[in-house]
Amino acid sequence: MTRRKKFSTTAMIQKAALYFSLLLFAFLFLMPMYVMLVNSVKPLEEIQAGGMMNLPWNWTLEPWLKAWSTAQIGVEPTGLRPYFWNSILMVVPAVTVSTLLGAVNGYVLTHWTFRGHKIIFLMMLGAVFIPYQIALIPMARMLGVFGLAGTILGLVVVHTLYGIGFTTLFFRNYYVAFPDDLMKAAKVDGAGLFRIFFRIILPASTPIIIVTVIWQFTNIWNDFLFGVSFADFDSFPMTVALNNLVNSSTGVKEYNVHFAGAFIAAVPTLLIYIFAGRYFVRGLMGGSVKG
Amino acid sequence: MLKRYLPQIVITPGTLLVAAGVYGFIGFTAAISFTDSKILPSFNYVGLRNYENLFKLKAWDIAVANLLTFSVFYIAICCVLGLLLAILIDQKIRAESVFRSIYLYPMALSFIVTGTAWKWFLDPGIGLESVMHQFGWASFEFNWIKEREFALYTIVIAAVWQTVGFAMALFLAGLRGIDSEMLKAARVDGAKILQVYRRIIIPQLGYTFVSVMVILVYNAIRTYDLIVVMTNGGPGRATWLPSVFMYQYTFTRNQMGIGAASAVMMLALIAVIVIPYFWWELKSQGKQK
Repeated sequence: MTRRKKFSTTAMIQKAALYFSLLLFAFLFLMPMYVMLVNSVKPLEEIQAGGMMNLPWNWTLEPWLKAWSTAQIGVEPTGLRPYFWNSILMVVPAVTVSTLLGAVNGYVLTHWTFRGHKIIFLMMLGAVFIPYQIALIPMARMLGVFGLAGTILGLVVVHTLYGIGFTTLFFRNYYVAFPDDLMKAAKVDGAGLFRIFFRIILPASTPIIIVTVIWQFTNIWNDFLFGVSFADFDSFPMTVALNNLVNSSTGVKEYNVHFAGAFIAAVPTLLIYIFAGRYFVRGLMGGSVKG
Repeated sequence: MLKRYLPQIVITPGTLLVAAGVYGFIGFTAAISFTDSKILPSFNYVGLRNYENLFKLKAWDIAVANLLTFSVFYIAICCVLGLLLAILIDQKIRAESVFRSIYLYPMALSFIVTGTAWKWFLDPGIGLESVMHQFGWASFEFNWIKEREFALYTIVIAAVWQTVGFAMALFLAGLRGIDSEMLKAARVDGAKILQVYRRIIIPQLGYTFVSVMVILVYNAIRTYDLIVVMTNGGPGRATWLPSVFMYQYTFTRNQMGIGAASAVMMLALIAVIVIPYFWWELKSQGKQK
């Protein structure tokens, strides 16, 4: 009896330590975002007075409004608004096209294989792991030749191109598990490549389409390197505009505006994570454990 | 005829884009690295001169040394902390998905966003240091981000914070894939939980460790955004990595030949790690079949 009691006390202590550690880590992960959020609704004087963890004495939405519509980023004090739309205009077509290409590639590589399909698969695999620095010089050149330097369309092309490797692998890994019998039966019935794709494969692809779209959206929205290399003041995506806002050396550092701006830049991907985190994680794992 | 080659035709657009935009561009950059290109590409062959100059440059030495330090700390901390978090999560806890989501959410954010928070938090004038002073701990000092010797470690902190959840997710998948019969047998034998982990579970995670490390090395070599937003390479060149070097030499200093050579070196570094990994993974997959 006493032995049993002793055992349960140790178990209780262990359990308490376990939850304490879990909560401590949760705090560490949430803290930077919390600090950013509370300070984005404080007047600047309160931030300068210190107490970064405190809730504001005077709540204000002024920093958010300023970050969105009047902060100085480019030549004109436009706020982040035009850059937000730049990012939308860049992300939507790039995600759509790269996902479509990936679906078609993945489908052919699994169910319509031909001599040399393995080489194409390896090419796609390799494309996922290149450091983008290797492509910056020729890409800048190519965009210049086609008159796309400094345009949103140029960024769409770049992101589509470097997304194909990922999207192809995602769809390929999904379709590889697709029952072969069904395919064979359809082929015997005389259904062609497109017919099978639109009638059988595509209707069963919703989960992987969601995973791919979320993965592509997050990656392209968060990209900085391509944006800073190939865009100019008219076509900066959100990340580049935010960096300009935060690291501009002129005038007083308006931290509250910076934080509000950072939050605005984070909202789309954060919302996706909150409402479709399961799919985001699947993409993350699919993008890591390849093959 | 058309019908016979339809699969090849359908896959051609995507393949051509990748062939040109990935492999063609690698070739182009490699070619530029053997020329005297400055602000614009030129095709005046100069042999290995750019590589010779690159290896003589102090800035490149610093960038490579920094990458080494950064990678060692970043990878070691991510592995240890990621495994620890995965083990904590794997204890049949309540609200598991809530904790998991909290540990992983930074992965959904841009480095520019999180870097903004970290830059401010680590700024001695207004962040953590000044908060501690207000709490009355006047001697508290944390000005790493302004110190040449320590600035790189602030990047490590921010990078670990942002991506350790990913290591956790991979380790968690590894833990869940472990044969539970062995664990039951160990429990029956009365083995302590720490022993179970050390002797039975962690040795079975070899495959996961390799995957995690390969991805983390790749992350480390590509790290760029975080540095631009937090320190912009400074103070001095204290936080230059090859990624910063490549951008600076190519676009700011107009030394495109040297910039291209540095990009080739980055690719070679990743290839040395990733190609054996692919080979190993494809081979082990073949065995399973």
